[in-house]
Amino acid sequence: MKYAIEATAVQKRFGSLQALGGVDLAVEEGEFFGLLGPNGAGKTTLISIIAGLTRADAGRVKVMGYDVVGDYRLARRNLGVVPQELVFDPFFTVRETLRIQSGYFGLRDNGAWIDEVMESLGLADKADVNTRALSGGMKRRVLVAQALVHKPPVIVLDEPTAGVDVELRQTLWQFIARLNRDGHTIVLTTHYLEEAESLCNRIAMLKGGKVVALDKTANLLKRHAGAFLHLKVKGELPAALAQGAPREAGGGYRFQLASYDDVESVLAPVRAAGLHIEELQVLTPDLEDVFVQVMSGAPAQERT
Amino acid sequence: MSRAATSEVGSGFRTLLYKELLRFWKVSAQTVTAPVLTAVLYLLIFSHALQGRVEVYPGINYTAFLIPGLVMMSVLQNAFANSSSSLIQSKITGNLVFVLLPPISHIEFFGAYVIAAVVRGLAVGLGVLLVTLLFTVPPVVAPLWGLAFAVLGSGLMGAVGLFAGIWAEKFDHIAAFQNFFILPATFLSGVFYSIHSLPPTWQVISRFNPFFYMIDGFRYGFFGVSDVSPWVSLAVVGGSFVALSLAIVELLKRGYKLRH
Repeated sequence: MKYAIEATAVQKRFGSLQALGGVDLAVEEGEFFGLLGPNGAGKTTLISIIAGLTRADAGRVKVMGYDVVGDYRLARRNLGVVPQELVFDPFFTVRETLRIQSGYFGLRDNGAWIDEVMESLGLADKADVNTRALSGGMKRRVLVAQALVHKPPVIVLDEPTAGVDVELRQTLWQFIARLNRDGHTIVLTTHYLEEAESLCNRIAMLKGGKVVALDKTANLLKRHAGAFLHLKVKGELPAALAQGAPREAGGGYRFQLASYDDVESVLAPVRAAGLHIEELQVLTPDLEDVFVQVMSGAPAQERT
Repeated sequence: MSRAATSEVGSGFRTLLYKELLRFWKVSAQTVTAPVLTAVLYLLIFSHALQGRVEVYPGINYTAFLIPGLVMMSVLQNAFANSSSSLIQSKITGNLVFVLLPPISHIEFFGAYVIAAVVRGLAVGLGVLLVTLLFTVPPVVAPLWGLAFAVLGSGLMGAVGLFAGIWAEKFDHIAAFQNFFILPATFLSGVFYSIHSLPPTWQVISRFNPFFYMIDGFRYGFFGVSDVSPWVSLAVVGGSFVALSLAIVELLKRGYKLRH
């Protein structure tokens, strides 16, 4: 089967730092794939290797079946990358920038698509403004537009929403979701885990240059051990119960539950002490909880 | 939008060349007018100081002798400046990524930077020549020789500039390259004198200076007289260009300092 992106045993070392320690990853065509991990986990290094900006020390990467080193021209033609750094060429206007970027891909007559991309990203009224004069958010939009000029089947976005306002985030995700519906494969890195949770159908988590979790988003959420119970009572909790449950700002407590059966083990002592319950809430884990658990190295187990 | 609409295969070369040309043309006051002015100042000062006192080639006055050297010096320095400054600027600002992401081949990359450098070198050289003609008109005995050396010399220096740009990690590195290599080599190449007027040791040393051959060959195009045979100069300059070009394309292929 042909994958949109296929990384096999990819290793990369920068001096004494092992940035990637043997990464295997396959992104299927049409997926909306999330690549998560703390700073320094190797996300950007992996993206740079996929994009041909960095050479792997060992292993290989293919984009739409084309090796990024051996078949670099075809691999790059199939790939659009939005880099993390806010870079721009101060010599040119937005439209010039996009025309030139099209030309780099051998596309001369790309005006209609450039107009459509600018329109979709809210750049139309900045078309003839020099990129130097744009705000950070607008520069980010230009970077996204540049990655899309050649209608790449695979689109990689490296933290596209870092430092970006709500409006652009919404515009951007609407547009990217549309591209995904049209069949484009999307790979996304972000530190906003709620974005990843709502957008990505599958997620890989990197830590220290290794894939530590790789599954469908729904499965990852299920894998998190248990749930949380938020409880606030009138008066003080029995000391034995309060011990080991972090106190929350509003005066309540947060209990970690291995399973829903544990609710009873919290409530029984409360009932026995005759306390009046003011607030009670069972919280299911979100991606952030899963992320924290995976990154802390706790074994992921099926929730019962 | 249709998926995989990227089957049409075009080349990014034309656009990269166009972008490189536009880059210096948009700031032509700095990149063309300023170097022309500098060269004319050299001509005014040196011809004022030395005219009538020095005759390098019989029957040719010193100002006329100076013109081809100054033209060629401007051609070479500006060809170097163009590729080196363009690349280091893109590296420092990070926008080189726009050129590294598309499917531009190593040879296309090399070609676009070097051809743009040749065009800038020739544009400045032509500017210097036109302005200096106001002072004196040198003979032009073998224009094709002159053109050949201008093109080949600027190509060589464009390639040297490209190498410097690939190698350098900050502007200081380019400045060092320029101050400690390009500038001494041009000044000691015989722009302002014939190497036959030098002590024997310096004559020998000059023969290891590639700039000497570029200037001497170019000057042959004007006066039909040169310190060494123009064929020798052509072989040295052409050989250096080919060797350096092959080396740079290989570096680009390996991603040396551009694709870490």
